[in-house]
Amino acid sequence: MNTTPQDILAGLTLALAGGRVRIVDLTQTLSSEFPAIALPPEMGQCQPFRIEQISAYDERGPGWYWNNFSCGEHTGTHFDAPIHWISGRDLPNNSVDTIPPQRFVAPACVIDCSAQAAADPDYLLTVADIEAFEAAHGRIPAGHWVLMRTDWSHRWEKQRDAVAYQNLDETGQHTPGPTPEAVRFLIEQRDVLGFGTESINTDAGQGYHLRPPYPCHSLMHGAGKYGLQCLTNLDQLPPTGALVVAAPLKIEKGSGSPLRVLALVGANA
Amino acid sequence: MTAPFMKPPRKNPVLRTRQMNLPPGARGRVALGLTAAAAEGRFALQVCADCGALQYPPREACHRCLSPRLPWQAQTGEGELLAATTLAHSNDLFFRERLPWRLGMVRLDAGASVMVHLHGEVGEAPCRVRVGARLDRAGQAVLIGYPEKGTAHMADDTMLREMTSDPKHRKVLVTDGKSPVGQAVARAMAQAGADIVWVGHAEPWKQLPGLAELAALPQVTLVPLDVTDERSVNERAGEIGGKVDIVVNTAELHRGFGIAARRGTDVAKSEMEVNYFGLLRLAQAFGPALKGRAADGATHATAWVNLLSVYALANFPAHGTFSASKAAALSLAQCLRAEMRGAGIRVVNVFPGPIDDEWNQNLPPPKLAPAALASAIVKALRDGVEDVYPGDVAQEWLARWRDNPKVLERELAAGGM
Repeated sequence: MNTTPQDILAGLTLALAGGRVRIVDLTQTLSSEFPAIALPPEMGQCQPFRIEQISAYDERGPGWYWNNFSCGEHTGTHFDAPIHWISGRDLPNNSVDTIPPQRFVAPACVIDCSAQAAADPDYLLTVADIEAFEAAHGRIPAGHWVLMRTDWSHRWEKQRDAVAYQNLDETGQHTPGPTPEAVRFLIEQRDVLGFGTESINTDAGQGYHLRPPYPCHSLMHGAGKYGLQCLTNLDQLPPTGALVVAAPLKIEKGSGSPLRVLALVGANA
Repeated sequence: MTAPFMKPPRKNPVLRTRQMNLPPGARGRVALGLTAAAAEGRFALQVCADCGALQYPPREACHRCLSPRLPWQAQTGEGELLAATTLAHSNDLFFRERLPWRLGMVRLDAGASVMVHLHGEVGEAPCRVRVGARLDRAGQAVLIGYPEKGTAHMADDTMLREMTSDPKHRKVLVTDGKSPVGQAVARAMAQAGADIVWVGHAEPWKQLPGLAELAALPQVTLVPLDVTDERSVNERAGEIGGKVDIVVNTAELHRGFGIAARRGTDVAKSEMEVNYFGLLRLAQAFGPALKGRAADGATHATAWVNLLSVYALANFPAHGTFSASKAAALSLAQCLRAEMRGAGIRVVNVFPGPIDDEWNQNLPPPKLAPAALASAIVKALRDGVEDVYPGDVAQEWLARWRDNPKVLERELAAGGM
């Protein structure tokens, strides 16, 4: 085996062209209907995605179609940088423009919690779940994304049901996420790259009532880890072996950004 | 006795939709004083400040003493019908399409003799009548001769219906049904006999109190509508725009902040997005179809109602950015009115004082109840008025603003409501 980097890239190119490595799009379409995070109305609000025509081959621009769009950094499928949370505000390279770009291409472990989330929208991923995953698929290596598959994205992607996707009631949002212990375990014992979910939060909908509040945001970002939210198609990924490309927009001192998240997956996976 | 206005049969889709021909709309500067009063539902004439002579028609100088001091004064309109005639022919397109049309000459008890359109319940001359001013389809004041004592359905008079925008049997869009005001307006429209009340609601995942109960009303249909979203507005206009007879824009974002009380511009921008740009998006999307249906049968498209605020007249610094967004909306509403008037669609601007809702929680009473505001909107449509200042605070503020806007500015800066 004397494989040069050129050989590796050439092999990947061939595999992509021949379909032996396929691309899975983990991104929700950016649209004005896509549910935006709900905070109490007196607080500052993340602006939802909005798009307005500049011209459409008409008197405003006879030969071309284009739009202006606007949104908050945390809109649609998006990346959370450590600076997003107060716990990560003083870390080096904590904003999307300063994160080393190597971090944007990383393998992923996908922990399937879809059955639990179907039974309980408030399901919390536990250390035991992680240990069970590792018993079946091996130890989670350092520098990997850990993606929590819940099939929550189906509520929007398949059913177009914004109410079910948000799942708000009088006591707030009810969506799955990790326990504080699971978050600590992934940081301290496994040194993961970050944590990703299918709902509008890396934390559970009721995560504000955990200790600490919003443990995934607070602890992950405090440890310089990243977040991915509103992912979809996690059901098309193998438990291990997918390579995720998740590069946020290079926004100066940005706390995150909408992005296209792609996974490279072996065709036989 | 006026027969009640019954629900008309469905439109025959093979016939051309009737186009609007407006009644004569030219008025001189002085005559617009009559229109200004009628726009608020008042009948006013000039009365000479020097000799007391009542003036009609409006003029530059007193017909008796030539004094130029002719302030407008409210009139009771009591008088006697001297003569009446029924037009059977007219070269004016508006009247030609609405013949026969009854006109009369009334001697007001206050002095002048005036020409009036006659309500169907007014008997033969001579008889007692009451004269009132209304805006006609061209948006200009005309005088109406009412019976001294009307019957239950007198508002359904064919001539009078040309001057008003009664929601009865009409299809109404209430742009935001999530707020207490939006819900009260939708309910009031249903109670006023609207055929359909489409109720817009944005962000469907935020389930707010009252919406489910509202949706249970047989007249009410919820439609997704977010006035901050061009695509949402355009989609709804494509879907129902060709059927809407009355638009009531209740979409409003209200946060109580001045300049120093809140860092950044995001909240102020959101207020502009809803209160100003929301109106602009709605007007661009729903305006054209409304204009095209201004003579479409007995329940033709007729009115556009804007929920503004009395803070639009003068900035209330405690609600400074909200006031600014409403001032912008008022300015745009005037533009909309100018563009709609030529098509025969009335734009009604509503200027409430503080509303009794969550964003005025800290404000002491008097506060306008949403149901009272909704009733004022229905009444404005029935009476055909253009500008409504419902409630004591709005009335008082308006009076102070008219008296001296600079004094009011200083009072408001000192926190005085």
